[in-house]
Amino acid sequence: MRRIISVLLENEPGALSRVVGLFSQRNYNIETLTVAPTEDPTLSRLTVMTTGSDRVIEQITKQLNKLIEVVKLVDLTEGAHIERELMLIKVKATGSQRAEIKRTVDIFRGQIVDVTSTVYTVQLVGNSDKLDAFIQAIGTGCIMEVVRSGVSGIARGEKVLSL
Amino acid sequence: MIVRSLQDEGVEYIYGYPGGAALHIYDALFRQDKVKHVLVRHEQAATHMADGYARATGKAGVVLVTSGPGATNAVTGIATAFMDSIPMVVLCGQVPTTLIGEDAFQETDMMGVSRPIVKHNLSVRDPQKIPEIIKTAFYLAQSGRPGPVVVDIPKDMTTPNERYEYVYPKKIKLRSYNPPVRGHAGQIKKAVDLMLAAKRPVIYAGGGVILGRASAELTEMTRLLGFPITNTLMGIGCYPATDKQHLGWLGMHGTYEANMAMHHSDLIIAIGARFDDRVTNATEKFCPGAKIIHVDIDPASISKTVEVDVPIVGPVDSVLKDMLALIKEAKAAVDEDALSAWWRQIDEWRKVHGMRYHKDENGPIKPQEVIEALYQVTKGDAYVTSDVGQHQMFAAQYYKFDKPNRWINSGGLGTMGFGLPAAMGIKLNFPDEEVVCVTGEGSIQMNIQELSTCKQYGLPVKIVNLNNQALGMVKQWQDMNYESRHSQSYMESLPDFMKLVDAYGHVGITVKKREELIPALEKAFAMKDRLVFLDIYVDPTEHVYPMQVARGSMKDMWLSKTERV
Repeated sequence: MRRIISVLLENEPGALSRVVGLFSQRNYNIETLTVAPTEDPTLSRLTVMTTGSDRVIEQITKQLNKLIEVVKLVDLTEGAHIERELMLIKVKATGSQRAEIKRTVDIFRGQIVDVTSTVYTVQLVGNSDKLDAFIQAIGTGCIMEVVRSGVSGIARGEKVLSL
Repeated sequence: MIVRSLQDEGVEYIYGYPGGAALHIYDALFRQDKVKHVLVRHEQAATHMADGYARATGKAGVVLVTSGPGATNAVTGIATAFMDSIPMVVLCGQVPTTLIGEDAFQETDMMGVSRPIVKHNLSVRDPQKIPEIIKTAFYLAQSGRPGPVVVDIPKDMTTPNERYEYVYPKKIKLRSYNPPVRGHAGQIKKAVDLMLAAKRPVIYAGGGVILGRASAELTEMTRLLGFPITNTLMGIGCYPATDKQHLGWLGMHGTYEANMAMHHSDLIIAIGARFDDRVTNATEKFCPGAKIIHVDIDPASISKTVEVDVPIVGPVDSVLKDMLALIKEAKAAVDEDALSAWWRQIDEWRKVHGMRYHKDENGPIKPQEVIEALYQVTKGDAYVTSDVGQHQMFAAQYYKFDKPNRWINSGGLGTMGFGLPAAMGIKLNFPDEEVVCVTGEGSIQMNIQELSTCKQYGLPVKIVNLNNQALGMVKQWQDMNYESRHSQSYMESLPDFMKLVDAYGHVGITVKKREELIPALEKAFAMKDRLVFLDIYVDPTEHVYPMQVARGSMKDMWLSKTERV
């Protein structure tokens, strides 16, 4: 099952490598991983999207909690939540394709953030399925480069992950 | 700053080996006399010495090594401590911060290398923080589920002519680390209700009881309930082995009755044990009729390999105290009728194997009888360390430990070469106690150089070498699973141990005949201030039994080379 685990981590050198190391050491999957400092510069927020049975996910959360530098964590997929991923995608845009690509970008509510005579660079935000759908819609033939940020997430409503 | 911190932490001995990056620290050690340093001959031995001390006392052992090869040589010992949750603080020199990342001489990324085998590691990046870091290292190593902590110290963090204000913190509080202090009352109540209603209960205790210093509470509860108890290899001594409620230890080479009782039980009360694969055998066939209560300080140990019914996260001593209080005030009592029927069944199982082995009066000495003789001569009261292999299993099976912290072995990692340095660490700290290292001619050669350290510091440990001229456990598996193709399991050019021991300045005794065995042991233990190496030739064809059948359930065992149940 696909799960999004959000972690508050001490913003210290080496803390991230412990999290990543734990996943490879214990044979867990990392599908995507994002990390950046929070409003409190001593803390980083890390979001990891992983897959596994309930038992594996339970072990992942327990093992993560055991890391000394992990302050708190939550499995966002246990409750209502918002997840977003950012994609920058560079596509060939020449001739009649230019208009077609522009239309597709509009449908997906993306933005063209850089233009040359032959290339569009498109920015798209959404959940991972939406980004996948865009790639499919535009066709792999014209794609020159894809950069995805990995999933970030936050709980809906009053629930917060903080100290 | 480092040495002062160690003094303030009350450290008496540290074990180590100097080298370039650690020389400032070594110089500071030289200029004081509170912290005594033991110079080993290989860094692995330093970690095992600290480990032996930690296992015997419950306090963190301290190691000091230099960067690069000094640190990597310590890795096996750190991993050994990690797998058995042994508190240890390892101070590693490092190249100066200005050189880190430049592949400098004797540079190794010890933070990276040690990461998967430590409870935590810390790097000094500001000399002012040294006291706080050292205190944190001890706090982490000794609290919660204990474990080794590595402190990486770049050389420029210990420059002698720089002065800083020194305050050793009394307490450390970390917002991200709060080990549990009590078990959940509701869960404990639920567990006690199950215990009082059980018809075929068994207590399964592990090393956590010893680490958590809860043997007294465990013993009191077991006796109060009248339940059978078994323990893991790591739990040996947590409950007196000579007591009638004790079934011996369980698992791959556990007793027939312990494994049978587990398999047929309706309630398993697991305390400070972690359902390791050497205990459970195939987890899908594990104890089909049993409900499981699991007490452990580490939530990650619960339902890791086997799903449990009543998890209780907390320190074992406090949880056991709470359980005892509830049992004493409970209106219901244990089901005496069911329990006596259960004991009748267990007593039947006890007759089946009874740890028998075949002894031919005219044949070679059996390894089992060496351990029995050792038990007799030391009156069952020695600290016994072991290496890894058949001798380890025989020692654990035939030496009856009635006290905790006396059986010292590498259970989780299975580190050959552990026994001798571990024994040295104990002897150094308990000079008046008998300390024996039971080993084999394979394992002892993995740290034999430490005989030299023993000479330097006058450590009169006794070494019982069960010499079967082969890597016995490997050979046993090859006999059982590879049609006796003994691939690389023979040591065809064994040294003359008598000459070797003599060269190191110790006493050696060779035993080849049964009638020499007890007199040789008595002679060895009579030499209080000498290290004695007993090279005892034992039957090279002997196997360790019982042995669980691979991928079977708890009850599937070989009882001898020909009997399978």
